[in-house]
Amino acid sequence: MIDHIETGAALSVLKILEVTGENIKSTVSVAMHVRSKKDEWKDIVKIEDRELYSDEVNRISLIAPRATINIIRDYNVAEKMKVELPSVVKGIVRCANPNCVTNSNEPVETSFLVVSQRPLTLKCHFCDRIQSSVEKYII
Amino acid sequence: MGSPRFSDFVSIRDFSKQEISFVLKKAKQMVPFASGEEKSNALEGKILGTLFYEPSTRTRLSFESAMLRLGGAVMGFSSPMGTSIEKGENLSDTIRVTETYADILVIRHPLEGAARLAADLSTKPVVNAGDGAGQHPTQTILDLFTMLESKEKLEGLNVVILGDLKFGRTVHSLSEALALFGANLTFVAPPSLELPKEVIAEIESKGCRPRYATALEDAVKDADVLYVTRIQKERFADATEYAKVAGSYRIDSKLLSKGKSTLSVMHPLPRISEIAPEVDSTSHSLYFKQAAYGIPVRMAILSMLLGVEF
Repeated sequence: MIDHIETGAALSVLKILEVTGENIKSTVSVAMHVRSKKDEWKDIVKIEDRELYSDEVNRISLIAPRATINIIRDYNVAEKMKVELPSVVKGIVRCANPNCVTNSNEPVETSFLVVSQRPLTLKCHFCDRIQSSVEKYII
Repeated sequence: MGSPRFSDFVSIRDFSKQEISFVLKKAKQMVPFASGEEKSNALEGKILGTLFYEPSTRTRLSFESAMLRLGGAVMGFSSPMGTSIEKGENLSDTIRVTETYADILVIRHPLEGAARLAADLSTKPVVNAGDGAGQHPTQTILDLFTMLESKEKLEGLNVVILGDLKFGRTVHSLSEALALFGANLTFVAPPSLELPKEVIAEIESKGCRPRYATALEDAVKDADVLYVTRIQKERFADATEYAKVAGSYRIDSKLLSKGKSTLSVMHPLPRISEIAPEVDSTSHSLYFKQAAYGIPVRMAILSMLLGVEF
């Protein structure tokens, strides 16, 4: 279960996990705009029988930096971890600058320095372009 | 402060004020070697590789001259024509190959970030000679050097920067460096070619509060330096957009009479029609001297990157 997703970002989380509704056999539950214990709004995504890979967790951290991942076994929370936004984001976001060398045919992994976590702001290692609307550039 | 060691010269943002000051000091030492007044073979046995994917006159030739005057050798290309790039070779492969042929590489490329990629891949020093609308750090150093030589200071200098402030790569690096040195900046740009927000944020983060003027006559009144840039046709996708802004300003004697008698006009060149030829012979003209200073500045940068002490 992925809890404390920024409100409105649940569908983006499903997109990152490539859950379309047709390609998964287990139950998927989505709750949007739910009030948390701290009286803040949040989204929740729950997927049964699905393991999360580390690059998926990294991608989720870009759109839901406060998310927690709860692994539930036998109706109890067996493990609970917070996603962690790395200080350098590599290979999971495209540069917003169409003229950046990373958007050409060069065999190069994109790399961004995290300038600010909230709002998430990235700076391209190659062309220095600052970008804050990261969601639509996730690879 | 000891000699700073630079591994590459990609962006002016990579260097502190002290490091830039050190390069400027080195460049001053190089002036007699640049003019040929004094001889040196300090770079004998070293090869400079010039990889120019875009046209250049001053930058490429001044790098070549700097290398040759210090006893080094030069090889490279001035356009991708006649190279494997025409066959589809990517930049990464070109860098991996050419770095084995040379001791230092200078690259100009149309894509932003190309020089950073080259520097990441190459074990030899890489100098950025312009990457798209990105950085052109050696031009910045020579612009600073020209102002320092002519005005003997950078702090408190009133600099008006005019022209294509959106795509002009010299303007972005120069504005940031001048802000670092405490110069007072005024920007004048045609509509649609104003300074990008990121550059303004970078300048303001250095404590500079730039002014924005629309009337050039007012802006030049208290200026020490008027830095003019060309509207770059090659950066416009649409010819009608270019036509709208091209020729929207012109520096002539009448305009300069509104400024101080000591006002200097600089331009990274080439100019098209933005500076009238009548200005060339006046004491205001500093742009040809500025172009000449490219040699001592590039001599300093090449020798520092190659680890050669003078």
